[in-house]
Order: sequence, then structure tokens, then C-alpha cells
Amino acid sequence: MPLAYGGPTEEHRAVRTRCGLFDVSHMGELEIAGTGARAFCQRLTTNDVDRLAVGDAQYTLLCNERGGIIDDLILYRLAPDRYLAIVNAAHTAVVSEWMTRQGAQGARVGDVSEAWALLAVQGPRGPAVAARCVGVDPTQRGFTITEQNAWGARVLASRTGYTGEDGFEILVPAQQAVAAWNDLLAGVAEEGGLPAGLAARDTLRLEAALPLCGTDMGTETTPWEAGLGWVVSLEAGGDFVGRERLVAQRREGVARRLVCLELLEDAGVPRHGFGVRHDGVMVGRVTSGTKSPTLGRFIALASVERACTMPGTDVTIDVRGRSVPARVVPRPFYRRAETGRDG
Amino acid sequence: MNVPESLRYTSEHEWVRAEGADGVVGITDFAQASLGDVVFVELPTVGALLEQGQTFGVVESNKAVSDLYAPVSGEVVAVNEALGERPELVNEDPYGEGWLLRVRMTDAAQTTGLLDADSYGRHVESEQGT
Repeated sequence: MPLAYGGPTEEHRAVRTRCGLFDVSHMGELEIAGTGARAFCQRLTTNDVDRLAVGDAQYTLLCNERGGIIDDLILYRLAPDRYLAIVNAAHTAVVSEWMTRQGAQGARVGDVSEAWALLAVQGPRGPAVAARCVGVDPTQRGFTITEQNAWGARVLASRTGYTGEDGFEILVPAQQAVAAWNDLLAGVAEEGGLPAGLAARDTLRLEAALPLCGTDMGTETTPWEAGLGWVVSLEAGGDFVGRERLVAQRREGVARRLVCLELLEDAGVPRHGFGVRHDGVMVGRVTSGTKSPTLGRFIALASVERACTMPGTDVTIDVRGRSVPARVVPRPFYRRAETGRDG
Repeated sequence: MNVPESLRYTSEHEWVRAEGADGVVGITDFAQASLGDVVFVELPTVGALLEQGQTFGVVESNKAVSDLYAPVSGEVVAVNEALGERPELVNEDPYGEGWLLRVRMTDAAQTTGLLDADSYGRHVESEQGT
């Protein structure tokens, strides 16, 4: 995946207003199959796997015993005893090894990343492109996956994404990847969209305040600290790895949490590691930042002490020796207009 | 890649155009293309003194932040105020509306020690080759 095909800002705007096509084939795909697959997934992930009917998808987390986030993933139930996890590219091997080490009873974990290409068509016109090129029903619900026939192959179309826009992510057998890309590219162009690269993907996900695992959170961050408590199901689904620590931390309260910051003056990109201060005292660090093309302002995700997490809190960010005023704002920075569709 | 014959260049990808005793300074087409969409430019204030080869500001895209090096010594007599609102001018017109600042040169002869268009073009090719 290149950083950009043309200008990243132009690609970003195409996704927000029309559509963009991303080649995210670098993402990892792990298949978990067998009579024990459901129980295994339930024990490994923080969300409630029992809520997944066949064809459903769920955003969830994989935690270690300390409640630290190993990876975030989308878990699909493809068949009663067959699940597919889409994980971060850099974590595929670690996740696969972790899963295997947990001792799956009656479940096999297989890395099928090489077999699949993953193409994402995102933006308000994304579903129209997916309907024409892939044959999806444009009313397909959010966070569901359907099997389609396209480009002479069996493909999987999921109504998910990582941009804060509507759209589909399409799993295509690797052999058909080029044909699929070319066809989707023509479809996207017809709708006035563009191919989009990694730079646009980053600004889009940041505006939507979607954390990037390994950058905004990791094994030293718990779901509560990452602001992802909504994908932790303590009540249903029984025990999972890390649950004990998460229960304790919920009782104690977190020491720090990921927040959205907006710079109050243009002073450059707030980058990973830049210090965040409140009344001159260091209270946290920027985890990622960018110039938001939609808002026209510099924005950041930052991990800050609990006392400074309330929207409206004034802080400063150390930007190359300057102390730049910033403010905690509600999460996310950008939310697309409601379309009435689920998810 | 656009490398105008009439300008002089640094190996750090700044250009300077001599206009009498003044030098107008910017970054090259190659530099803006490498950075991607410019989102912020930090420049000295009018009256600041620049010394050839020293950093005088930064130009930044979401991808990277890059130091700016003075191609000549002198006093800053004007900065491109438009870049505050529209830093993208550096991408759109690096040799025109995307200029950075105007320097009253202490020694106009310094420009002759800089790269000409041919040498700069070869320098870029060699950097791309690595």
C-alpha cells in the first residue's frame, strides 16, 4: 500500500464526500475453526462472541493476562463453527502464536493471510460501488458479512471499515486481486472517487478517533485506558484472558485514558511522544496526531492523566520547544451524518 | 520534476532567486513532492538574521517535518504571510506563490557558490538512486 496515489488530502476528501479504494491486503487473516471455535474465541476476546450469529461481525480486543491490548480485530462468524479474525498486519504472527499458545481445545487456528487480498471501498458512494461491482445488497447491515460471486470467484463482503465512513471491505482470493482492484477502481472512478493510500487512511481514522494498535495503544494499555470499554463484555460471555485485571481496574478506576485534543493555534503536527501539560505539569503524551483535512485544524489522540480527560480541559502540547495551547474535545473529531443504517 | 534554470539551489532542496540585493527563498518542486501535502510552515519574523547553511524554520506535512536551511546570509525583509492560512501553496506553486521569505543578502556573491539547475538536478537523481 503506497502512502498516496496522488495528494493525500485530495484522497481524504474523496472518501469523505464520494468514495475511495484502499488496498489493505497487508492485513492479517486468521481462521479459527472446529467444534471448540466459539468457546475459544469467547475465552480469547473481550467482547461477547455469543452475540454473533452466522454472518455477523464484531470489533473486539485480544488482551494478555494483565489486560494489556495485544491487538484489536474484527471477528466474523462465517459458519457455526468457523470464525475469521482480521488483525493488524504487524501483529499477525504474534496473534497467531498467542492464540496457539492458549491451547485451543477443539479449534484450529490457521493463518490464511496469503490466500486473501482485502480491498476496502469507503465513503458515502462506497456501497453503490460495492453493489455494482460485487453484487452486494446496498441495504446489507453494518457489521455483517455476506458471500458474493464476483470476478469468477467467491468473495466475502463486509460492511465495515476504518475511515469513519460507510462502505465495504471485500475479501478476494489472492488470484483475483488484480481483476478485483481494476474493476473496483473503475467503479470508484465512475462515482467520482479515487484510489487512496496509507496517508489518507491515517487522517481518516484519526478524525474518526479510531485508535491504531501499536501506536495509540498496546500491551501497556488496557481497554479502559484506550477508551474501548464498549467492546469489553464483563457480564456476558464468562471468563476471558485479562478479565480479572480489567474487573479490578474498573473498580479502582484508570490512571490515564486516551482523549481527543484539538490545537487552539496552528503550530505544526502534534506527533507521537510529544508531551502534554496541564498548568505546566506533564500529564501525558500524544500518541498520534495530524492536520485534519475536514476540520482544518491540528488534532491528536493523547494518553493523559484521568484528572485531565474531561472535554473542555485546557492543556498545552510541547511542539518542538514551544508550548502550544490545546483542548480536550469530545470523541470523535468527526462523525458522519446518520443514514439510518445499523452500525 | 521542475528545476527552473534561473534559480540557484542548496543540496537541502531550497532555492533562491536573486532580485538585486534581495534573495527570494523557497523549497523546490522535488522537496514539496517528497513531503506530500504541506500542512504547516514555520518561518522567522521580519528582521531576523539568517546565516547561510543554518536552519531558519520548518516545513511540515502529515508525513514528516523537515528543517529549512538558509541558502544565503542576510536579514529577513518579508515572509510569505499567505502560508499561514494556505500552506498548500508550497505544493501548488513552489517557485511562485509558495515562496517562503525575502532576504536582504549580506553578500550576493554567496549565490554563485550554490548549485545551478543542472547540478541540482543531478544531485536529486543521485539521492533518488540511493
